[in-house]
Amino acid sequence: MASATKELVSKPIADNNPIILQVLGICSALAVTTKMSTALTMAIALTAVLCASNVLISLIRNHIPSSIRIIIQITIIASLVILVDQLLKAFAFGLSKELSVFVGLIITNCIVLGRAEAFALKNPPLPSFWDGLGNGLGYSVILLVVGFIRELFGSGSLFGVQILTLAKDGGWYVPNGMLLLPPSAFFIIGLIIWGVRAWKPAQVEKPDFKIQTAQQSEVS
Amino acid sequence: MSAPEQKSASGPLASILALPNDSPKKTIFMALAVCLSCSVVVASAAVGLRPIQIANQEADRIRNIVEVAGVQRPGQTVIEAFQSVETLMIRLADGTESDAHDPSGFSIEAASKDPSMSRALPRPQDPANIKRLPDFMPVYKVRSDDGQIQTLILPVHGAGLWSTLYGFLALEGDLRTIQGLKFYQHAETPGLGGEVDNPNWRSLWQGKVAFNEAGEPVIELIKGTVDANTPNAEHRIDGLAGATLTARGVENLINFWLGESGYGPFLARLRNERG
Repeated sequence: MASATKELVSKPIADNNPIILQVLGICSALAVTTKMSTALTMAIALTAVLCASNVLISLIRNHIPSSIRIIIQITIIASLVILVDQLLKAFAFGLSKELSVFVGLIITNCIVLGRAEAFALKNPPLPSFWDGLGNGLGYSVILLVVGFIRELFGSGSLFGVQILTLAKDGGWYVPNGMLLLPPSAFFIIGLIIWGVRAWKPAQVEKPDFKIQTAQQSEVS
Repeated sequence: MSAPEQKSASGPLASILALPNDSPKKTIFMALAVCLSCSVVVASAAVGLRPIQIANQEADRIRNIVEVAGVQRPGQTVIEAFQSVETLMIRLADGTESDAHDPSGFSIEAASKDPSMSRALPRPQDPANIKRLPDFMPVYKVRSDDGQIQTLILPVHGAGLWSTLYGFLALEGDLRTIQGLKFYQHAETPGLGGEVDNPNWRSLWQGKVAFNEAGEPVIELIKGTVDANTPNAEHRIDGLAGATLTARGVENLINFWLGESGYGPFLARLRNERG
């Protein structure tokens, strides 16, 4: 059991990462990663919602009529997201303003519904919790790595603390403004996928088709 | 599939749970049960956390006023800095001061919805698309040492692309030059319309002249950077790239609030007082 638990938590971090292998949840990964603080809050919020939704759905999995199962899952996920949003507004007002719509958009984050459908509906609450935690951590790792690169090289700071003195403040570092724009997150995630697949070739998909070499035409 | 957490069957609940999952009765029961429990959780969170959230919003509003007024000296807390800001309530129609409402607890949002505190604006008179105009608005003054107005802070709001933008416009003592603009509440697209929060863009407003010689508000948000050599450059601000509708909303709401239906009468009265 212990090793199975460990696998449930660790597998989604590198081997089966929701962002880089399943390519889910990209939207928020682009939007909230200009700063470490927003990336971390988003990561915690998503992990909390994912764990809780997996456990709740798993608890009632034997009583969910299959005809309305998606609606039930979405209702539970949406309620949890509103709960998280309300808590952020009450206890982390500044961060909740910066995250604005993206907390609400956890509802549509494919990772949450994906794990509920794929795992929580078929497994008991405890493994579902570990699965939620693992996938949440997998999402968090990528968010934090992307956030780290974008904030450090885009604004020269980490968690708002200035690390590299900017040229406009008399320092040496000229920030790369492109890193603060959404496309840079695409580039970084792309590079991460490349790196991970070079490290773990098992993740490379087989090509859908092979390009045939052109046949020499007989009539020339 | 086994159901290990099912208790021994007794009572009406257990008899429903024992039904096959896809029977209509159980489907309706599950839908109701899930919706009911979820709404209880959501409603109690919303109601229970409301006081803390309102306190946060109020603190945030004060912080924004202090920031846009630029009155916070180093080492001062926001609350201390707010002491130097004078709050008064004005009647928009004639610009007179009024004590009809307590400005500290006044919510522009709530007043705009309350028929007894606001009036409906017909569409042609409503470029900012706010639908209802409050009869009274709070305004904030910062006086210099000789008692003259140094900064006048006016709450403004109007529709952007997705949401109503709520903010503060600070005018300098001449009541024509803009000192700053800051929105404290909106839900525009982050990275596009949400760039109204960007300090670089906000700094473009400083020093712009809101009125022409005839005293009409003539702020204009244009495409691309404003060349200082073009005519009317002092009335123009760089619109937000990729956020045309938000920028148009900002332009409309500034001109609306500085115009006759907005703070026009109040500003005219202040100018007359000065002579």
